[in-house]
Amino acid sequence: MEEINALFGGFAVAMTPFNLLLMLVGVTLGVIIGVLPGLGGANGIAILLPLTFTMPPTSAIIMLSCIYWGALFGGAITSILFNIPGEPWSVATTFDGYPMARNGKAGEALTAAFTSSFVGAFFAIVMITFLAPLVAKFALQFGPPEFFSVYLLTFCSFVGMNKGSPFKTISAMMLGFALATVGMDTVTGQLRLTFGQPELMRGFDFLIAVIGLFGIGEILLSMEEGLAFKGAAAKIRRQVVLETWAKLPKYWATTLRSCLIGCWMGITPGGATPASFMAYGVAKRVSKNGENFGKGEMEGIVAPETAAHAAGTAALLPMLSLGIPGSPTAAVLLGGLLIWGLQPGPLLFVEKPDFVWGLIASMYLGNLAGLFVVLTCVPLFASILRIPFSIIAPVILVICAVGAYTVHNATFDVWLMLGFGVMGYVFKKLDYPMAPMVLALVLGDRAEDSFRQSMLISQGSLDVFFSNYLVSGITALALLLLFWPIIGKVISKKKPAAA
Amino acid sequence: MSENTNSPKSESAISVRAMDIITALLFIILGLVVMTGSVKLGASWGSDGPEAGYFPFYISLIFILSSSITLYQAAVVDKKKKTESFVDKEPLKQVLAVLLPAIVFVLGVQLIGIYVSSLIYIAVFMVWLGKYPLWKAATVSLGVTVALYLMFEHWFQVPLPHGSWINPLEFIGVN
Repeated sequence: MEEINALFGGFAVAMTPFNLLLMLVGVTLGVIIGVLPGLGGANGIAILLPLTFTMPPTSAIIMLSCIYWGALFGGAITSILFNIPGEPWSVATTFDGYPMARNGKAGEALTAAFTSSFVGAFFAIVMITFLAPLVAKFALQFGPPEFFSVYLLTFCSFVGMNKGSPFKTISAMMLGFALATVGMDTVTGQLRLTFGQPELMRGFDFLIAVIGLFGIGEILLSMEEGLAFKGAAAKIRRQVVLETWAKLPKYWATTLRSCLIGCWMGITPGGATPASFMAYGVAKRVSKNGENFGKGEMEGIVAPETAAHAAGTAALLPMLSLGIPGSPTAAVLLGGLLIWGLQPGPLLFVEKPDFVWGLIASMYLGNLAGLFVVLTCVPLFASILRIPFSIIAPVILVICAVGAYTVHNATFDVWLMLGFGVMGYVFKKLDYPMAPMVLALVLGDRAEDSFRQSMLISQGSLDVFFSNYLVSGITALALLLLFWPIIGKVISKKKPAAA
Repeated sequence: MSENTNSPKSESAISVRAMDIITALLFIILGLVVMTGSVKLGASWGSDGPEAGYFPFYISLIFILSSSITLYQAAVVDKKKKTESFVDKEPLKQVLAVLLPAIVFVLGVQLIGIYVSSLIYIAVFMVWLGKYPLWKAATVSLGVTVALYLMFEHWFQVPLPHGSWINPLEFIGVN
């Protein structure tokens, strides 16, 4: 029970008054970010990252991860009360949440959503607590080829799991890789693809890309849709909370299923959004009340919320143990770790146990704090949404500009942010996925390093990725996922023929 | 996910197909730029292993290939998308109403610093698009700007740009 001891050590680190205060601040900021359309977890953290530069790393990461939990909670508020998914992963919550709110059951819907979110996240944290150290220990034996094959798996799974055009996914990903190569080459020290421009020597920071793609892009989209907020009134009385809690155990099977779907989708970088849809779809098919889904069925809130949070939380497992983030937001957190000189990956558990276990402990506490904050302050957060968009939009844009500037103290980055914003708008409308691009931008250098090291080992032969059972297994799985769009088609064509 | 509305009343500014083709073409050009750049760096096997352009070269190769397929699909296979609208004229005006002032704002950040630019930008946005009375716009924009100043310069000691051309804050005694 090594993990339990380490976890208690972690609680000791996380439970200082300063850290507890940061948790509350982080969760509150996170909920605001989640509630506001146009600001999401990933770019919210990217913008607020500079504020944590003066803090000790453990406190900083506690605050940032609490922003993440808050954002995960906040998305549900707008979905249920306003039928506007504040985050992509809360789209599935609108299907039943909004009808419930219109039937005067807003309190029940919100309580169900928050509680399921909490349960999903809690399940994933327990999994991280026991699984992450094992994965890290296992990964300590990895060499460059193994690491590259894991990176390959990460990227191929985007191709295999995305519903849109696989070629667009690949293009978006390659664009990310190409942008990541700009600047100093870490191996030879040569300047690459800067074309003599001194501004390009810094390279493209993914934080700027995140702020532009998700922040500015979202504002442009909201503007096009002519956003108007009309919401159901929200008040959560204690009576309603208790009554809803009494009903929830009925859905234990849905909850457990959604937890598992979420954890799986979070570890393999499917992310919270597909997890929520998948859990909703499965719940609809399996449930006795399946035909009522979409009309205001509580089970239709429980399933996507549980899965989204389980996935959002589970995405931190590969980030902590392998250094591979499972979601764009986890990628931003990873960026934060790198800024503080912490190298996420298997060695982190050996070198900085205080940090890792402090973070894991703060996940438990942060989610509790989150549940408390959202259950008590819903009317307050809902009132933020009543601020008209013509005030919110310029303020968000200014905040994004501040965030982009502070990353490198460069105005050029603010221009880049605007460029990425237009790109985000076009990408979204043409169904180019943004998550693989951001992850490629984050992981580009590391993937390239492990690729070059592997090539050095094998003197340029690709056989190195099939040199032992472990690496061949991972590479084979990666290739399977890469060609899944084709394989899947072949299988589904054969099935009706056989029947 | 944004759905493209296709009502006959609204006029399309550009079709999804055209936009798909333009994006794919841009990607191919970008891929070629990366490719030439990496070839110049050396994209083969040097004396001490793969050269600096080795990885980017293959990245650009895959980039060009996948974008070419997207281009082919948009131009030849999915002809029906010709009629589907990427953005209608009215919404496009809305988008530009945000984008163009934003460009002016960023230019302002560079020249006169972020504080004064934000003040003007938020106020103009509110009066112009939100039709707010001037006093309300001024109050909100001043409040936000002062909050920004206190938070970044004062509490967290993170300096924000004060303007490369002129620093308007000098007039009120801030350097």
